[in-house]
Amino acid sequence: MLYAILCYHDEDLVGSWSKEHDAEVMKKLAVVQEKLTKQGRLGPVARLLPTTAATTLRKEDPPLVLDGPFAETKEQLLGFYIVDCKNLDEALDVAKDLGAANPGGAYEIRPVGVLNPGSVTT
Amino acid sequence: MTDTAWIDAALTSARPQAVGALLRYFRNLDAAEEAYQNACLRALKSWPQNGPPRDAASWLIMVGRNAGIDDVRRTRKNEALPEDEAISDLGDAEEEIAERLDGSHYRDDILRLLFICCHPDLPATQQIALALRIVSGLTVKQIARAFLVSEAAMEQRITRAKARVAEAKVPFETPGAIERSERLVSVAAMIYLIFNEGYSASGDTAEIRSPLCEEAIRLSRLLLRLFQSEPEIMGLTALLLLQHARADARFDKEGAVILLEDQDRSLWKKELIAEGLALIDKAMRHRRSGPYQIQAAISALHARAEKPEETDWTQIDLLYGALEIMQPSPVVTLNRSVAVSKVRGPQAALDMIEPLASKLSNYFHYFGVRGAYLMQLGRNEEARVTFDRAIALANTSAEAAHIRMHLDRLMRDSKAKPAKVAK
Repeated sequence: MLYAILCYHDEDLVGSWSKEHDAEVMKKLAVVQEKLTKQGRLGPVARLLPTTAATTLRKEDPPLVLDGPFAETKEQLLGFYIVDCKNLDEALDVAKDLGAANPGGAYEIRPVGVLNPGSVTT
Repeated sequence: MTDTAWIDAALTSARPQAVGALLRYFRNLDAAEEAYQNACLRALKSWPQNGPPRDAASWLIMVGRNAGIDDVRRTRKNEALPEDEAISDLGDAEEEIAERLDGSHYRDDILRLLFICCHPDLPATQQIALALRIVSGLTVKQIARAFLVSEAAMEQRITRAKARVAEAKVPFETPGAIERSERLVSVAAMIYLIFNEGYSASGDTAEIRSPLCEEAIRLSRLLLRLFQSEPEIMGLTALLLLQHARADARFDKEGAVILLEDQDRSLWKKELIAEGLALIDKAMRHRRSGPYQIQAAISALHARAEKPEETDWTQIDLLYGALEIMQPSPVVTLNRSVAVSKVRGPQAALDMIEPLASKLSNYFHYFGVRGAYLMQLGRNEEARVTFDRAIALANTSAEAAHIRMHLDRLMRDSKAKPAKVAK
């Protein structure tokens, strides 16, 4: 079984870390990831850019584009895509296509800062 | 995280929100700061044992408010703080406050706090110092170091700024839409000032002063989180990120300036560039252009070019043209001329800046840029005189050193082919 582990934290707090502390945390995490990689168990790992860089698409008809991250509590996270796009407009086009195929709910579009594609296959 | 480092980070990140709310309660900057300091002392005592509260800012506001009220009641200072039992019923109160923070207060509290620091009565240097002290919570020592002045001088500057703010009437009512957007404009300008204070540092002080750039970025991100749909705040944040991304490439080992086209672009920070580009993308969708967005877009065009020769100078020229209309200034025209020199050659660029001579007669960059065009046109004698003037006006030794490099090249050239000296 593949498990997704979703990372939550206080963004103000993480943003207040010093460069040294950030690097230290990443180094410690890399040790854990390294172990999983050697065992062939690690899938993609992504560090997302801050929520200020996020845009939300409400899957209504017509779709509604909002600045900022997904902030509702009525809906739950059910899945995610990682798509290579030239810019935000292209990403929104992809999201709109997906939304047309599956209306209702919302997509949050957030640029990926760092991506380790991983090696696991099902 | 080791020992108390996690507490420091939590206090730093909760600070703008907590001090902002305490200011709303006490309507006095000193009282709000003191209440916050008291709350921090309590946190240092209580958190290591009890663990961090779920919402650090609410905890600090609640404890700070109680401490502040105690202070007001107490006639004499230096009395011991009440026992911790007095604040043991935090649970319920915390929930109540947390609910209120979700509302609009939160946003206006932080905006007001920032706005007070950029009061129009305060000169720019005092605005910046006050914001770094009050909002960012840097120590006077840290701020003094970043400004390259003594701690005593900085202490005095901040005290003076606080006194002026206390005299001025700052409205505490929830601002209306127009008032709010006016505040936003002032605050954005102040954040840009903080950034420039760090960015304009010379090579030998760049490292000491770079915390100013980082703090400005943190404040700008904070402001954007509060005002998520403001394209100019997206533009400002993008501009700061894109400029700061080049920090490691801007000076050589001796501290001399490395021009954009000579920088090692592999030293540019990719993650900051990615964030800046993403924000510009977001801002552009609003089709409400503004000076920060345009400057960020110019910066983005540089950031997108992997090699200098891939730079889209035509587009940069157009963007500067738009900026000239929006914010006419001889410095903008001077910057535009650089793009013009790339697109239409040095003569066109020289013609463009000729009318600026009287307005920029004491501006270092004017003579640096003009000298470079003259040199490109082979008018070496005029170039030499112009570069001499630039050196006389240089603000930092790094600027002077950079011009001297041009002069040396001129000397070599004129020795090699003396006939080339113009007129």
